[in-house]
Amino acid sequence: MQMEILAQYFPLFQEAAVLTVKLGLAGIALALLIGVICAAVQHFQVPVLRRIAAIYVEVSRNTPLLVQLFFIYYGLPKIGIPTNPYLCGVVGLAFLGGSYMAEAFRSGLEAVPVIQTESAESLGMNRAQTMRYIIFPQALSVSVPALIANIIFLLKETSVFSAVSIMDLMFTAKDLIGMHYNTTESLFLLVIFYLMILLPVSIAGSILERRLRYAGFGA
Amino acid sequence: MAFLEAEQLFKTFHTANGDVEALKGVSFSVKKGQIYGVIGLSGAGKSTLVRCINLLERPDKGRILLEDHDMTALTDAELRKERQSIGMIFQHFNLLMQRNVLDNVCLPMEIAGISKKDARKKALEYLEAVGLANKAHAFPVQLSGGQKQRVAIARVLAGKPKLILCDEATSALDPETTGTILHLLQEINKKHQITMVVITHEMRVIEELCDEVAVLESGRIVESGLVSKVFNDPQSEAAKRLLLVRQTQDILKGTGE
Ligand SMILES: Nc1ncnc2c1ncn2[C@@H]1O[C@H](COP(=O)(O)OP(=O)(O)O)[C@@H](O)[C@H]1O
Ligand SMILES: [Mg+2]
Repeated sequence: MQMEILAQYFPLFQEAAVLTVKLGLAGIALALLIGVICAAVQHFQVPVLRRIAAIYVEVSRNTPLLVQLFFIYYGLPKIGIPTNPYLCGVVGLAFLGGSYMAEAFRSGLEAVPVIQTESAESLGMNRAQTMRYIIFPQALSVSVPALIANIIFLLKETSVFSAVSIMDLMFTAKDLIGMHYNTTESLFLLVIFYLMILLPVSIAGSILERRLRYAGFGA
Repeated sequence: MAFLEAEQLFKTFHTANGDVEALKGVSFSVKKGQIYGVIGLSGAGKSTLVRCINLLERPDKGRILLEDHDMTALTDAELRKERQSIGMIFQHFNLLMQRNVLDNVCLPMEIAGISKKDARKKALEYLEAVGLANKAHAFPVQLSGGQKQRVAIARVLAGKPKLILCDEATSALDPETTGTILHLLQEINKKHQITMVVITHEMRVIEELCDEVAVLESGRIVESGLVSKVFNDPQSEAAKRLLLVRQTQDILKGTGE
């Protein structure tokens, strides 16, 4: 492995990492939003919408991200919706992640016993207050481990972005290997950069989980 | 004059396995300042009954009169306001684990619009009243079952209730702690003249706490009256059976009378 090649490639990977993180975060933020909405619609059994949410969850969970990306990238312009690689990456990630987030939120909501709602109502709280002060905080603390696992999963999934010509880490590595055959250096940097993105998330996640260990019910 | 009156309450649950008639025409009346007990075996319909009183569960038929106001006729908003004066204590204490004791007591007050400062001051007073002022900053996990129930009682007192409903409030506690919680409830009843409806499957709770008792079996009140009368001279099969359960327990504990 040659140091000067590592030094030469470093800025390229750095740039790609920033792009990966930006698109990843945007996709994850949207996925969280979709997840909250789907989970709420299903948990509170909103007519019609809960069926739509259920179908979406099944489609999203049972198709690979690569297929979803191709569909958005090549499919949407055919029906008149213009698309670009970045938008496509973010939307694809959100489409995939939304269902995983929905399931995480839903298991949290389901873990809060009905008696908690009754207890809050017996104290004179209305539905919105019960949700905000009682159900949601407790559901969230149950959901956190699953949400963190999903975030890590989605950040890793960004590695298929290169398929729709987004110059992310994977794309950069493949590109450099193709041009200069510096396979070792390129792959080494690829691993290092993914670790630099994912390790802090993992560590922050474990700390958060430990702090939420107090979560429990019926006490 | 009756303070609380239940009139011909009916409640049927429609489940996948068919209908469950939980209440089949339950009526009783409670005088102001009284501690009224309802005893029955598991599945008798006690929890359904107590939840119908503050309308957590709407009865299919029948009325709840609280100081002559028909609770079943209230709108949701009116009902929520009324509920603030009806405290409820559960078997599991339903505290928020992520908040400390003081914040648990403060939350309903703050939501009701009391300023944070006033809420804290009052909460400390009520924690003092239940003997837990020194645990204000502890988290629920750091408390024993009895202490958690005291926090729940302080939280209820903070709503200045005129009626307190207890659903198996001591069933998760050991006998000794049960004694201290029953004592506390009695003290609250005497000091603040708060009327109570106490639901339990334990004879002891009725004997130590209640003035009058109703025996509930399969959704019907089969016997009611003064505690001394019902327990000394039970008429119904259900009351006799409850008495037998208690005697057996006493013998097993080696304290048979
Ligand atoms: N939400 C519900 N849905 C269906 N059945 C219920 C529900 N709540 C209570 N029941 C049924 O009603 C009956 C009375 O229950 P409950 O009031 O909890 O009795 P208890 O508190 O005396 O043990 C039981 O048969 C129970 O299964
Ligand atoms: Mg019960």
